[in-house]
Amino acid sequence: MLLLVGCSGGVLDPKGQIAAEESKILVNAFATMLVIVAPTILAALLFAWWFRASNGRARYLPDWVFSGRLELVNWGYPLLIILFLSGLIWVGSHRLDPFRPIVSSNEPLEVQVVSLDWKWLFIYPERQVATVNELVLPIGAPVHFSLTSATVMNSFFVPQLGSMIATMPGMVTQLYLKADHIGDLWGLSTQFSGAGFAGMRFSVSVKSKEDFARWVDDTRRSACDLDQAGYAALLPESRNVRPFAFRSVAPSLFAEIVKGTLSPQNASSEQAGSLAPCAEAPR
Amino acid sequence: MNIFGNLSWEAIPWNSPLPLIASAAVIAICLALAAWVTLAGHLPYLWREWITSVDHKRIGVMYIMLGLVMMLRGFADAILMRSQQAYAFRAQGYLPPEHFDQIFSSHGTIMIFFGAMPLTIGLMNFVVPLQLGIRDVAFPTWNSTGLWLTATGALLVNISLIVGVFSRAGWLPYPPLSELQFSPDVGVDYYLWALLISGVGTLVTGINFVTTLLKMRAPGMGYLRMPMFCWTALASSLLIVAAFPILTATLAMLTLDRYLGFHFFTTAGGGNMMMFINLIWAWGHPEVYILVLPAFGVFSEVISTFSGKPLFGYRSMVAATLGICIISFLVWLHHFFTMGAGGTVNAAFGIATSVIAVVTGVKVFNWLFTMYGGRIRFATPMLWSLGFIVTFVIGGMTGVLLAVPPADFLLHNSLFLVAHFHNTIIGGVVFGVFAGIAYWFPKAFGFRLQEGWGVAAFWLTLAAFYTVFIPLYMLGLLGMPRRMQHYDMEIWRPWVLAAMIGIFLFAAALICQVIQLVVSIRHRRLLRDETGDPWNGRSLEWATSSPPPPFNFAVQPNVTGEEPYWEIKRRAIASRQNEGRYEAISMPRNSATGFVTGFFATITGFAMVWRIWWLAILGLVAAYAVFVWYAWRDISEEEIPAEEVARIDRIHRKRRADRLAPHSEASETA
Repeated sequence: MLLLVGCSGGVLDPKGQIAAEESKILVNAFATMLVIVAPTILAALLFAWWFRASNGRARYLPDWVFSGRLELVNWGYPLLIILFLSGLIWVGSHRLDPFRPIVSSNEPLEVQVVSLDWKWLFIYPERQVATVNELVLPIGAPVHFSLTSATVMNSFFVPQLGSMIATMPGMVTQLYLKADHIGDLWGLSTQFSGAGFAGMRFSVSVKSKEDFARWVDDTRRSACDLDQAGYAALLPESRNVRPFAFRSVAPSLFAEIVKGTLSPQNASSEQAGSLAPCAEAPR
Repeated sequence: MNIFGNLSWEAIPWNSPLPLIASAAVIAICLALAAWVTLAGHLPYLWREWITSVDHKRIGVMYIMLGLVMMLRGFADAILMRSQQAYAFRAQGYLPPEHFDQIFSSHGTIMIFFGAMPLTIGLMNFVVPLQLGIRDVAFPTWNSTGLWLTATGALLVNISLIVGVFSRAGWLPYPPLSELQFSPDVGVDYYLWALLISGVGTLVTGINFVTTLLKMRAPGMGYLRMPMFCWTALASSLLIVAAFPILTATLAMLTLDRYLGFHFFTTAGGGNMMMFINLIWAWGHPEVYILVLPAFGVFSEVISTFSGKPLFGYRSMVAATLGICIISFLVWLHHFFTMGAGGTVNAAFGIATSVIAVVTGVKVFNWLFTMYGGRIRFATPMLWSLGFIVTFVIGGMTGVLLAVPPADFLLHNSLFLVAHFHNTIIGGVVFGVFAGIAYWFPKAFGFRLQEGWGVAAFWLTLAAFYTVFIPLYMLGLLGMPRRMQHYDMEIWRPWVLAAMIGIFLFAAALICQVIQLVVSIRHRRLLRDETGDPWNGRSLEWATSSPPPPFNFAVQPNVTGEEPYWEIKRRAIASRQNEGRYEAISMPRNSATGFVTGFFATITGFAMVWRIWWLAILGLVAAYAVFVWYAWRDISEEEIPAEEVARIDRIHRKRRADRLAPHSEASETA
């Protein structure tokens, strides 16, 4: 059953370096615990069956209540397993800390992520373009995400790239990911955030370096600008939003979102409703 | 200003038929029951013997009834969620998000606070004083107040079904979503007041049991002679006393945010949502041990009794229980590894979490060695215990998996997590409660539950559990988050449908339980327990009659070892011991304090939800007046004369002697 799940697009079918390492730890930890769990289950069933009252051949030991040697096993065996796991936890937590940069000779990419009600905004500050509900990454590039929320808490997660991380208003979390295979993936929010939560899916496409550059150029031909007005139009609640792109991004927009100067309580919604900066923007 | 605050006819969901019909049906059933009770003249009996009762046994039974009814209510939510997800593939299903979000919020809230908690506390109430060989708990009227405040909370949550809405922010209302800005309706307020009020009830119960267990044991019963269930009840009560104030304080802060514009957890004004998440889990993680430790106690009793052996490694078990008690306070951060605390912090909490697996492992091994060399009888309680060992070990394993931060980064908030905690709560707490109910039912009512339907219920529950939750584990591995109202991923669909089938199996299992109860009541004469000791038990609750007299023990037992009743039996003096030394017994008088306090607390809670300030003040003043009236009482106890005690005890002795005479040799020399 695990194998079935392993080849069909879940967390056991990694398409990036971080996900690969994490799913390896997942499988290793699972195997380590089977060493203790499987015999325990077997012993439980075996003892219960053999010592059934109707089995005359089983020895009855009504006063056998303590054994120092067995107590040693009782405490020692799980302790050994957990000691081993603790090593795994200690090393894994540090090496795969989402804030820790990925060492790579490839050109890095910056992406700023903002969770909104109920969609994702991805800003490429170096390229000065942005997208909604569509994340495009060049293959092999170590991507540095800075994440925040313009609404309630959400969690950014691309199962096949690994490491989900919370997005929180007024705070910035960091995440480093690297995609190693060209293709289409998907991501979503894993932290419940209100009525439109289920529709917060975004597409992730991993492209070759050239295709990525071409995609950036295409995006520049979009009709939308992510200036103050363009951002204000994103703030009202909307559900199941189709992906679209912005050809330009106001500088320091992300910093202002984090500071909260542009957050929903400051942007009046009727003003946002009357603005139509972009034909492609969702209503 | 409206004298009814924000309350108006619009609060009733006229245009959503589902809650309307459901609550109409429930109200009709309640009215019919009330009418029947009144017309048949049972009301005075109910009032005298149950509602105002301060007898720990009756309070325990009422807690369990409350827990079972609320569990059915929470299960109805589960059916709705599973069927909604089965329909909502590339579609909206039949529940819009506004409903679906209330349903998963109320499912969690009801199952934990008003299902599992009353069931656990109910068992503690019924069993602990009997096992300690005493006549009541330390604070009997407080005990009754705790029950009725819990019932108040349950009632408020259910009122929200028909008047207004329930919270849409999950069973733990994370800000900022639960703040006024994002949840402006009364849903979160219902949640807050229900838990603030029932939280007081739980705290009172915790204090009561800590006092009882520390101060009121039968003569000779040192700490290391207490039955295992008492130890786990003590650990659980200590956790309640330490953890529930955190919950109350945290929810009070959120209440201040919502009602008075404070900024503890808001986005603006210097608030910090992470503080709420830390605090709520500082309560939340001990909470799961508050629930599961007494269940561990039940299994210890059941496995030992049905193996015909004392518990293996008793002292080791005590150490493990207290170990869990302490470590459970050191692991809360594992609920949010993905908030970016950094490698060292995550690793420290991950390791602390897996250490719990060591002490739990010790317990599992000791249960195994208790069975080793036993003569195991597979009665229903024992079946639940075996099902528990197998299921819980798997749940523990997935728990440790989630305690490994890099693995948690892939699985947090997914259905894998959901499957994990159901695995431990159903496999641990619910199986434990069912084992406990089947085990102590004859003690409470004087007749056993019918075996056949109980066995059927067990196997169906086990099958249902795996049919629902293996798919949920798989869905988690496939990246499906919890709380999805709809989805459009092809790869998830088969597993979602499989889980849907499982929920029907669960329903079948529940029906078996109901049938079991009905059949048992109808055949109660055949199932009668005359001896007070239907399972060949080992602790003191089996020394008295079934059901026990109001004073539990005609003569207070004298304890000389770890398994007091087993020793009495071995010396074969059970039916003769202590005859002729009866004395008058003083028992606490029944009191309406608890019920009336609960009544006014309901009014206050409801009024606060709808911001009907005058009514809230009125309710508070009235509740306080009840307390003053109680504190000024002149007579708090009534005496049962020695002759009456002797009369009741002789009946029990005679019955037991009659039953035991033919086969006493066989069972006692075994």
